[in-house]
Amino acid sequence: MVNSSILITKEKLNLQACYDFVRDPSCGGIALFVGTVRNSTKAKEVTLLDFSTYKPMATKEMQKIADSALKNFDILNIAIHHAEGELLIGDIPVIIAVASPHRKAAFAACQFAIDTLKEAVPIWKKEHFVDGEVWVNATP
Amino acid sequence: MQIEILLFGILRDVVGENKLHREIVPGISLTNLRQDLMVDYPSLEQYKNYAIAINEAYAENGYTIQENDIVALIPPVSGG
Repeated sequence: MVNSSILITKEKLNLQACYDFVRDPSCGGIALFVGTVRNSTKAKEVTLLDFSTYKPMATKEMQKIADSALKNFDILNIAIHHAEGELLIGDIPVIIAVASPHRKAAFAACQFAIDTLKEAVPIWKKEHFVDGEVWVNATP
Repeated sequence: MQIEILLFGILRDVVGENKLHREIVPGISLTNLRQDLMVDYPSLEQYKNYAIAINEAYAENGYTIQENDIVALIPPVSGG
């Protein structure tokens, strides 16, 4: 769909590209969510995160989220980009950009997109610590 | 019939493979497949809250596997 940009890449995510994709003269607000690799989990120092994906399905699920956001919120454009591979502290695993005539819909759609991505898109992260590694969320 | 089962995340570590080749009875449901897998890989017991995708979309446990289906075991996701 021309109003959505979906990407899973081993390259560094490009914030400007997401912004440029969604911006439009008819839109008075752009909401951006930028996920960032944090330096600790439960007070334990994280050294890196390793993201793996089921790429064809993850791409489809991300497209579904974009389609659903475009249908259910008063927004014009949405970009959902996710990185894969090893990311260091401060790196960007995910960017969601949403442009809308009005800010309220942009914020709401952006929140919907990141929340649904975290629930449904088949992407997994392994946290690496100085003394070991663990799959996030893997056990109930 | 022969199917391929793709594994991801922690299930790759638990089973020790990225992909399984299995001979299954045609018409087997995903519930049956889960039970069969648990017999061969008892360590799955601890991680049985995984979802199953058929042809790159989430499927219900009552779904019966068809020839050429792409089956994937999806442990709890943690993207973002």
